[in-house]
Amino acid sequence: MAKIAQKVIALSGDEAVAYAVKQCDVDVVAAYPITPQTIIVERFSEYVANGEVDTAFICVESEHSALTCCLTAAATGARAFTATASAGLALMHEVLGVTSGCRAPVVMAIVNRALSAPINIHCDHSDSMAERDMGWIHIYAENSQEAYDSIIQAFRIAEHPDVLLPTLVGLDGFVLSHTLENVNVLPDDAVKGFVGERKFPLVRNHEGKMIPFKLDPENPLTIGPLDLYDYYFEHKRQQEEAMKKAYEVIRQVHEEYAELSGRRYGNGLVEPYRLEDAEIAVVCIGSTAGTVKTVVDELRGKGVKAGLLRIRVFRPLPVQDIIQWLSDKKAVGVMDRACSFGGNGGPLFHEIRHALYDLPNRPPVTNYIYGLGGRDTSPHLIHKVYQDLQRIAETGRVEQLVSFIGLRE
Amino acid sequence: MAEWKFTAKDFAQIPERFASGHRACAGCGPAIAMRLVLKAARGPVIATNSTGCMEVVSTIYPYTAWRIPWIHTAFENVAANAAGIETALKILKKKGRLKYEHVDVIAFGGDGGTYDIGFQALSGAAERGHDFLYVLYDNEAYMNTGIQRSGGTPLGAWTTTSPAGRVIPGKTERKKPIADIMVAHEIPYVATATISEWRDLVLKARKGMEVEGPAFLHVLAPCPRGWRYDTSKTVEIARLAVETCIFPLWEAENGEYKLSPASKKIALKSELKKPVEEYLKTQGRFRHLFKPENKHIIERIQKEVDRRWQKLLKLCGIA
Repeated sequence: MAKIAQKVIALSGDEAVAYAVKQCDVDVVAAYPITPQTIIVERFSEYVANGEVDTAFICVESEHSALTCCLTAAATGARAFTATASAGLALMHEVLGVTSGCRAPVVMAIVNRALSAPINIHCDHSDSMAERDMGWIHIYAENSQEAYDSIIQAFRIAEHPDVLLPTLVGLDGFVLSHTLENVNVLPDDAVKGFVGERKFPLVRNHEGKMIPFKLDPENPLTIGPLDLYDYYFEHKRQQEEAMKKAYEVIRQVHEEYAELSGRRYGNGLVEPYRLEDAEIAVVCIGSTAGTVKTVVDELRGKGVKAGLLRIRVFRPLPVQDIIQWLSDKKAVGVMDRACSFGGNGGPLFHEIRHALYDLPNRPPVTNYIYGLGGRDTSPHLIHKVYQDLQRIAETGRVEQLVSFIGLRE
Repeated sequence: MAEWKFTAKDFAQIPERFASGHRACAGCGPAIAMRLVLKAARGPVIATNSTGCMEVVSTIYPYTAWRIPWIHTAFENVAANAAGIETALKILKKKGRLKYEHVDVIAFGGDGGTYDIGFQALSGAAERGHDFLYVLYDNEAYMNTGIQRSGGTPLGAWTTTSPAGRVIPGKTERKKPIADIMVAHEIPYVATATISEWRDLVLKARKGMEVEGPAFLHVLAPCPRGWRYDTSKTVEIARLAVETCIFPLWEAENGEYKLSPASKKIALKSELKKPVEEYLKTQGRFRHLFKPENKHIIERIQKEVDRRWQKLLKLCGIA
């Protein structure tokens, strides 16, 4: 149960993101428009123009500069946010690694959209999956409500002194970004109180002084130096350590937020749906989980023991949760809305299968690539996936490791 | 605003913000430029560098030459670095979370990071009007990667990607008029400077920090490794660039061009203007131009210099 009364307002996914950012006492927003993220930038510009936020908005000339501005603003002590999609994220690519390497806790919304070419404005996850290894925490929302909730949580996670990693929140382009949904919103002061003020861990500077980790003329700090074979490796290792610490922080922040709002998404890392006693399971990311849940309910009505594991946090990969929820299944089908060309399966498939590899009796795992470029993912298609999984469960054999579903072949 | 007055002694007593002991080459022009510019800061200051020589030589972890807060992120975005810092400082001040009355923000970019890969971010930051000083330390090629041609490399110069070959004799294109392009952005302050005229450079850096909004300072900074000359000649070569009018010194406040003393002297007494050969012959990167078959290139360089000088005089209301 929620501690406080909330308003219900009709918001699209993009609007829900903008609304959350408005409530998080963000100091700097720098963004560049790209479909289907544009509404976030537009709404936020309106908040600024109407004096509804105490935020400096930098309407930059490119996504590369958008993230750069957020990075250096964050390094100067500000709370910073940006949003992008597809080609915009690809253009930012270089700065993603710099942001995590500089340990700048920027929060970014990714309105997931296919990558060119051919150019396509609709949903798939190829944009953010291509950024898998850039040192960002990845959270994916199933609906606009969760997009709103996740943005608020993201600031707490990113800025946590044990973590200090940039965090992205993915929401499916058009499916969520442009679709109105009833969204429960917390009062402004509740969000402000939850997010709190940015904390700065103490670091040792070149003079041997312990100083707050930011650019401050009284306490000079060199950020982003040349760092060669004698220290670079240790610094990268620290990022991995921060990712490990992030598991617990994500869970705690999610739990604290659940107490405040009354909303929870599994344990914050994964969300199982009718999975406890399921024999066959689908694993997926994002809005498709909504469709899968409907299909699971239908199948359960027919006595089929179907379940779903939605991966909410993709980085850090919740390996223990994946093992816990999937180890006893008779068949696992991983749905990927992205293609790793020549990689023998999609990115989520690789990760799930890898997580299960060390089990003495691991379930058969198969991969379904679906929905690229916004191709509709109907319940009918999900039914076919479960039928396939039933067959695998019966025979114990995977006939085809990677299938492309819902397309002409 | 009142011009900053100081004696050489006053100036020497300003604490160094860019510490000695960094790893720049002997005779490095950019290192002199950065040290001078930083001495001109009014008080609290944050600096940022694009990737390049000066970033590399000043910060090999765990060492740093920066006695002020400093950040480097990438090659093409130093103006965006400054934009983010400046915006953060402004909003933090508005929210009562900044303990300083004012913090100067300085972005340092080399010619590659300014003329070429960083131009988009620079143009965008200038258009948006961020209050910062952009210092282009122009050593006229990608020196950090080993002397490759940039948009700032002059006509005829040898570089490793514009070699003096049997068919193509060095760079065949002109140097992009970057400072004029920045004036065209209608920002409050643009100036050219070089290390031989150190007082002029320092005053311009200070002015660039004092104006509200973007300021652009183009500093010609000779590089002994890339230009192929003895390390003791850096300042002399910079002076020759001014005396030949290859690199005239001027400033444009709110778009109004004005010649600076060293170049004004030449404008008023044209016989002081030295032929370009005097500059070219000091540097190995132009050696091939002195072969008989390349004489026409030197003539073309002289013609270009004369044309641009006349244009500048006109802009300054002299010719």
